[in-house]
Amino acid sequence: MTYHADEKGYYGEFGGAFIPEMLYPNCEELRQNYLRIMAEPSFQEEFHQLLKDYVGRPTPLYFAKRLSEKYNTKIYLKREDLCHTGAHKVNNTIGQILMAKKLGKHRIIAETGAGQHGVATATVCALMGIECVVYMGEIDIARQAPNVARMKMLGAEVRPAKSGSRTLKDATNEAIRDWINNPVDTHYIIGSVVGPHPYPDMVARFQSVISEEIKAQLLEKEGRENPDYVVACVGGGSNAAGAYYHFLDTPEVGIIAVEAAGKGIHSGESAATSVLGKVGIIHGSKTLLMQTQDGQITEPYSISAGLDYPGVGPLHAHLYTSGRGEFISITDDDAMIAGLGLCQLEGIIPAIESSHALAIFEYRKFNPDDVVVVNLSGRGDKDLQNYIDYFKL
Amino acid sequence: MMNRIKQKLQEDNPPAGRAGKLLSIYFTAGYPQLNDTVQIIQDLEKSGVDFIEVGLPFSDPLADGPTIQESSTAALKNGMHTELLFEQLKDIRKTVSIPLILMGYFNPVLQYGVEKFCQKCQEIGIDGLILPDLPLDVYQEEYESTFKKHGLINIFLITPQTSEERIKAIDEASEGFIYMVSSASTTGAKEGFGEEQAAYFNRIASMNLNNPQIVGFGISSAQTFQQATEKTKGAIIGSAFIKHLTENGVAGINNFINQIR
Repeated sequence: MTYHADEKGYYGEFGGAFIPEMLYPNCEELRQNYLRIMAEPSFQEEFHQLLKDYVGRPTPLYFAKRLSEKYNTKIYLKREDLCHTGAHKVNNTIGQILMAKKLGKHRIIAETGAGQHGVATATVCALMGIECVVYMGEIDIARQAPNVARMKMLGAEVRPAKSGSRTLKDATNEAIRDWINNPVDTHYIIGSVVGPHPYPDMVARFQSVISEEIKAQLLEKEGRENPDYVVACVGGGSNAAGAYYHFLDTPEVGIIAVEAAGKGIHSGESAATSVLGKVGIIHGSKTLLMQTQDGQITEPYSISAGLDYPGVGPLHAHLYTSGRGEFISITDDDAMIAGLGLCQLEGIIPAIESSHALAIFEYRKFNPDDVVVVNLSGRGDKDLQNYIDYFKL
Repeated sequence: MMNRIKQKLQEDNPPAGRAGKLLSIYFTAGYPQLNDTVQIIQDLEKSGVDFIEVGLPFSDPLADGPTIQESSTAALKNGMHTELLFEQLKDIRKTVSIPLILMGYFNPVLQYGVEKFCQKCQEIGIDGLILPDLPLDVYQEEYESTFKKHGLINIFLITPQTSEERIKAIDEASEGFIYMVSSASTTGAKEGFGEEQAAYFNRIASMNLNNPQIVGFGISSAQTFQQATEKTKGAIIGSAFIKHLTENGVAGINNFINQIR
């Protein structure tokens, strides 16, 4: 029994590649080559060198003493917020830009919601001197001006997605359409564990460095490799996939996924896909997604732009339906309070996405000797305006 | 009764002047007005079109360019949904005999229930389906028997990038025509054909496939129709027809068709 993808990219009934024929050659080229390229010593060497010298890995596994005292359990924070560009996203973009180079691609496209993945992609394209086009919903461009500016400074072209609801899912559609129109020279860097096979598996593997480090660091600090629980927020789910990766097939490690309940699960303004979603196809993958009875994909809501996606990666859909993962939804309000709590107890300003994961301690009791690792996926600089507005700072 | 798509493809006495080249027209159900569906189908048949592809609108049509996207968004806004389309089409066979194909994305079909969807198509007299994001292997493993049980032909796409080996596999799995996408693009993205397309059309023609090919994407005029059908059995017009509907509503469908061939 494994919770990893099978050869065809399925996690249980989820995953696969539900793509029009126009995308088949692109995905097939990637599918046939990604494992071989990732296994090449020269690839591994360059990947790890960049993670170390450029991204700043390994990121610390920090024992949060005051937070632990407050909740009477042992809480460790995996500090992905300390990565270059401010979040875990760059682990994947470093991996994929090296993959694109090995495949001989000269042009990169990406989608972005809040702009974090767009910035991480623009960053590695600047690093490698490769042309970069980032699709971003027109509405997101208006509300995420600093990240748009960052991408431009890094030399990327930011193209507005003007179709549909003009947010992340539409930016993803536009990136896919670009790839259909440019099938030969372009590589599409998807930002999460979503999309057609092999993307969910490939992105999870690039992000798996998170759990690889957790094991080594925990051994040093606690004398054991396995925590009792790993907690992460899930939008598409790439930080979670990375944090869970090496524990997926270790049943004694509890996996906890925190989704965004928005203004409440049944408020009509939510992104709690595991509760509100049904099996369907989104962006080439069979997974749980929020949709109408007629199969039209609906627009989710969360105060956190990074959790504002109507689906989840197929791995997470499988963790949910199989019962391997414990899924909890946290509202905007609870997340904001947990975020402020971390500032005051530990001196760390978290991204609002990560604040959702931190809110778990108000809703779920852990034993005093449990070791709970929370993946602190990003820093809160990008969310300052949200915090200012919310707390009237 | 023989499937109308197969029947049409086998006709050996095409009307004079058409040289046996078939014209298929795509439109989005529920556009420009919610209840235009039946009128458009009837007028297309009267205009002498050979196949009609009725588009089931989808919120996220990722293989489509702006024209068809916008028509889908408008159709959904007008209130179109799967059950309503079936309701609109329930008596269609009383007035038309043209081959009818439903084209859409897989998710709405999955939510309706594939078996139930196919059964409904059979009741109405739908002849085939085009579901671009239902991949060949999944179709063969999970749905082929259901489609066949209900007399539905599944039509697959090939593109200039499709490998020879895969084209052969698709030809093997096909039983009507092969939808030959003219260039690496979304719908309505490119106009006209160059040397690249000519080489592609020649390459496919020389493969002597079992199934005839009908070309789609990039056809908008008599000239492009002629170019597309030189080596193939026919061509499909979608975006250009949607533009005509946007500008004229359901009036003058006949004029649009007559200027193509």
